[in-house]
Order: sequence, then C-alpha cells, then structure tokens
Amino acid sequence: MTEVSVAKEDRAASDELVVLKSVNKHFGALHVLQDIDLTIDRGEVVVVIGPSGSGKSTLCRTINRLETIDSGTITIDGRPLPHEGRELARLRADVGMVFQSFNLFAHKTVLENVMLGQIKVRRADKKAAEEKARALLDRVGVGTQADKYPAQLSGGQQQRVAIARALAMNPKVMLFDEPTSALDPEMINEVLDVMRQLASEGMTMIVVTHEMGFARSAANRVVFMADGRIVEQAAPEQFFNNPRSDRAKDFLSKILHH
Amino acid sequence: MFDFLGHYDVLGAFWTTVQLTLLSALGSLVWGTLLAAMRVGPVPLMRGFGTAYVNIVRNIPLTVIILFSSLGLNQTLGVSLGAKGFDAINFRLAVLGLVVYTSAFVCEAIRAGINTVPVGQAEAARAIGLGFSQVLGLVVLPQAFRATVAPLTNVLIALTKNTTVAAAISVAEAALLMKKMIENEAQLMSISAVIAFGFVCLTLPTGLILGWVGKKVAVKR
Repeated sequence: MTEVSVAKEDRAASDELVVLKSVNKHFGALHVLQDIDLTIDRGEVVVVIGPSGSGKSTLCRTINRLETIDSGTITIDGRPLPHEGRELARLRADVGMVFQSFNLFAHKTVLENVMLGQIKVRRADKKAAEEKARALLDRVGVGTQADKYPAQLSGGQQQRVAIARALAMNPKVMLFDEPTSALDPEMINEVLDVMRQLASEGMTMIVVTHEMGFARSAANRVVFMADGRIVEQAAPEQFFNNPRSDRAKDFLSKILHH
Repeated sequence: MFDFLGHYDVLGAFWTTVQLTLLSALGSLVWGTLLAAMRVGPVPLMRGFGTAYVNIVRNIPLTVIILFSSLGLNQTLGVSLGAKGFDAINFRLAVLGLVVYTSAFVCEAIRAGINTVPVGQAEAARAIGLGFSQVLGLVVLPQAFRATVAPLTNVLIALTKNTTVAAAISVAEAALLMKKMIENEAQLMSISAVIAFGFVCLTLPTGLILGWVGKKVAVKR
C-alpha cells in the first residue's frame, strides 16, 4: 500500500499528465492519425482545432481508448494505457469525457446520472454520492433540474449535466469532444462558461472544438490538426495572429472573418 | 351442451398450462438474456457459442426438442432433474425443453432491443469507468428491455400456446385434456371452443397488460 502511494507521489512530481508518442491509427485505408506526438502538462488547457476529418475527435477518443490505436504509446500520469478489462476501466474513471451528443443515460434522472459512477465505480455510499452530485449540479447551474430525465432538459442543460457527471469521478484530465457542436447558438455560452470556470480552477483539459473564442480566452495552447497530423501548435495569441503554416493560415482565413 | 365439463378437471389442466408458461418464461428470460449478453460481448468464444445456439435451436421443431428431452434425456440418459415419478419428471423436462427453445427467441428479441440503444450510451458508461458487465447491466439492458417489451410479449404469447406441445410427453395440461375429452365425448366443436377460449383468456390479458407496460416504461430520447 505504501509503495503504491510513494509511486503516486513520484509521478505527481512530473508535470506531464498525458503523453502521446508516435501514435498511428487507420480506419481501413484512411490513415486518420499519423505519427502524433503530443504532451499535455498538468493544469494545461489544450484546444485542438482543425477542419472536419482532420482526426481531432479520433485523437480525443484514443486518450481513453474509446478508439484503439495501431501503433505508438499513450501514457496517462506515467502509466501506459491498459488494453482491456478492469485496468482500463479504472483508468477511464480518471479521465472525464464529454461528448458532442451529451450521452446522458436516458433511463436515469439527472441526479442518478451524476451518482452512478460514484457508487458503482468509486464505491461511494449513496448519501455522499447524492450530496456531491447535488453540489456539482448546482455548480454547473442545473441544480433545480436534478429530478428530471435528460429528455426534459435543453441541450445546454444536458451538456452541463454531462460535465457534472464527468467531474463526479474526480478526473485527472477532462476530454471534451466538440461539446458545443450539437447546441443551439444561444446555449453554447452557458456550456463554455462552465468550461472556462473549470479551466480557471486548474483542471487539465483537452478540448476539441470549433469555438475560436473559447480557444483564445481559455486555452494555454492551440493544437492545429489537418489530414491526421499535428500541423502546428502554439499559444493562442500567436496562433491566431501569426500562424506559421500555410494550412493553418488557409483554415483561419476561412473562419475568422466574422 | 357443456355439461360434460363437469367430468373433467378443466381448471386444473389450465393451471398446469399456466405453471408451464410461467416457469418456462422465467427460465427463458434468464437464459435468453445471458445468451444475448454473450452475443454482444467481447469474447469471441462466447459470441460464437451464442450465435451457434440460436441458429441451431430456433430451427429445430419444438416437438423434437420436447420429445428428445423425454425419450433422449430421461429414458436413455436417465436424467430426471431431481424429480420422482413420471408426471413430475415429465413436467420438469417439458419446462427444460420450452426454456431451451424459447430462450433462442428471447435472445434475439433482446439483441434487437440492445441495438435500439444508441452506441453513445455505452460509450458514456465506459467513459466513467464501468466494466463490460456493468455497462450492460446498468445502462444498456435496462434501456434495451424497455424497447423489448412488445417483441417479448409476442414470445410470451407464443410460449403460452407452445406449452401444448408438452402433451406429447403426457404432461397433464390443457391440450392433453382436450385430446382425452375428444376421445371420450362426441362434442368436438364445444370441446375445441372451450380450450380455445381458455387460451384466449390467458393470452389476451397478457397482450393488453404488457402493451400498457411497454408504453409506460418506454425511454424518452
């Protein structure tokens, strides 16, 4: 037991939380991830942008192994990603994930959605889980909806519940896979505000998004992907004002004139 | 016209039918769910077993299965399922045969139900750290079952009527009584009507109640 905790402290000393090394993945003949090297430090907010089909969502999903990889390594907090089974489940509990389509458990109330993982994975007792769930729901601004079912909530509310559900596991890192792409424009900000707040509290975040405003205001680093490769990465100011690659210039010229 | 009924234990025979139905329904629900879990699971050996089981069993006539359980299992191999006496043994063998057969259909109904659950539900469940059996048991199956009430109702109604095949191994249920009555009385029409009416009394409420339940529990998306 003590050995384990010592090892944990050793790892905590290192700043690198998520490390991808020469990761490759194919979908059939399509080479969706090509030699991806990416390191995300503890507390860092990395925004991944790029045109559709550039592999950014796939990249995000490989980090908790919802997508397998063909070659390369992914380590989280110093541990290589396990292949299957209990080990993998344990690791996934430490990696929060927020999906484009929310994916709240449709047969459970909002409150139950946020309690499920705490009880079944973290073995928390029911009372503590409920207390924490209610606190998290209040924090993301949907505390009054706790007893409703997901289908009774707006998209923005559902996505905030999904964020609370992920946070309930006390994740080391949060993955956001286009969290606002399925939302009506007026609901995008309520979700981005919650994410900004999380970022300012020091949560390590990897965010795949098309929201350039969020990238500018909340990101420490912007990673630009195209055709399965990381083309460029830089601080947001530098990336948006002075992109180095032609591919990034071209991409930005298409989206930034409004 | 119906005075011959006084000589026979019609209610008793239908009670046996009900017992056959309920026990077999319970058994095939459990075994069918396990088969469905195997068929959607990550272990290739289990997937193969589930697929082979369903494709073999649902293509064998029920009569063959029921006769085999009596003639093959009991009389040749000496399996008695812990029961003593001809009637008790055959009753249990009939339940076994009905479970073996019906579970193949239950499995397919549930598997279809599983396919109605969006893949994102399972992904979200995996993403919070639930293992395969938890994903299935806590998130996917509870939603799949709700979508499965209507097809499972069909299976249950078919099962209720299929219990008549147990007459082939002399289980004293409604169809065996019908055969006996037809042999003894010259009342073919009224006997058939009574038996038919008995089955409708069993299956019609089943359909109505489960139809209502299905609407009640449907998952809103």
